[in-house]
Amino acid sequence: MEYIYIAISATFVNNILLGQYLGNCPFLGVSKKIETAIGMAAAIVFVSILASIFTWSVFTFVLKPFNLEFLQTLTFILIIASLVQLVEIILKKKSRALYNALGVYLALITTNCAVMGVALLIAKNEMGFLEMLVFSSCSAIGYGLALILFAGIRERLLLSAVPQVMQGTSIALVTAGIMALAFMGFQGMA
Amino acid sequence: MAQKFIPTLTAGWWKRIPPFRLVLGLCPALAVTMSAENGLGMGLATAFVLILSNGAISTLRNVIPSKVRIASYIVIIATLVSIVEILMKAYFFPLAEQLGIYIPLIVVNCIVLGRAEGFASKNPPFISMVDGFSVGTGYAISLTLIGSIREILGAGTWFGNPVLGESFEPMAFLVTAPGAFVTIGTILALQNLYSRWRGEKFIQG
Repeated sequence: MEYIYIAISATFVNNILLGQYLGNCPFLGVSKKIETAIGMAAAIVFVSILASIFTWSVFTFVLKPFNLEFLQTLTFILIIASLVQLVEIILKKKSRALYNALGVYLALITTNCAVMGVALLIAKNEMGFLEMLVFSSCSAIGYGLALILFAGIRERLLLSAVPQVMQGTSIALVTAGIMALAFMGFQGMA
Repeated sequence: MAQKFIPTLTAGWWKRIPPFRLVLGLCPALAVTMSAENGLGMGLATAFVLILSNGAISTLRNVIPSKVRIASYIVIIATLVSIVEILMKAYFFPLAEQLGIYIPLIVVNCIVLGRAEGFASKNPPFISMVDGFSVGTGYAISLTLIGSIREILGAGTWFGNPVLGESFEPMAFLVTAPGAFVTIGTILALQNLYSRWRGEKFIQG
């Protein structure tokens, strides 16, 4: 029951993108087409879960026992950056199809605050292993969901007559605001 | 050097003021600008990191091999961010608690890495620090502006002091998540309107 609660809260109520405002740069950058949004969403889910497992292990088994919590920023970013590189190399060698689908997005993920943000939230709330797994996968899925939905709206937006000064980033942000409003409606659930 | 000084110093305040002209670093701009005070605190923390990281990276620009430069930049930036985090927890504890995970997230703020790659890696230390100062303070000004708008209209206060009187009904919408997106979107539109009126080029993401 507790895990279901975490899952719903991470996916909808505290949606990482629209509720916690993490990962906005790729959100505006790659949401112009549904296909690219799906690619990015898949890459995020993949890397976020892996990164959470690694950062959680390092935090619980190395940083905490030795009282080195102040090093978390430095270690987390290094883990994420090297993990992304590693995943890229392995995928290139082992699974060409997956690499072609995710390749471009993987490089972008290093500076995506959603991955780092999830890792930091896990460390801050001192979650257990299973909680961490549920939280990271559901946050990433929530991010992907918001990204794909938003890309759908943006494709439609291209066809409508937007005032000239509002075109581009401006209307995208206002649309995101309205979508965030819809996601706020989930707050009653938890 | 001398003729580069003034343009570099002022560029960050209008010509490439983040996050409006330079559409980078949106996450903290959305997340921590519930109040003017938070915006200012976050802006100054980012400016501090930006000045020192630009200085450090520019000093080391001939030593860092170009293949591993991004990784090296990230290590330098992460070290500086950890310093800021520790300093803020020591001297501004309530503010540090409010900003929460967004302080360590300065590491992945694209502005810092963007300036390192785009400016500090090509220019000598002093002018790079001037650039860091200019873009950093520009960012602080923007965040304070967004924070002020959201705080004044959303809560009726400015830096915690009531400004709009008793009869004002606060628009609570503006201090919540959706309000942040709408505020920044509207500011961008107004800026485009001003640019069009001046006959300048539009900046679009």
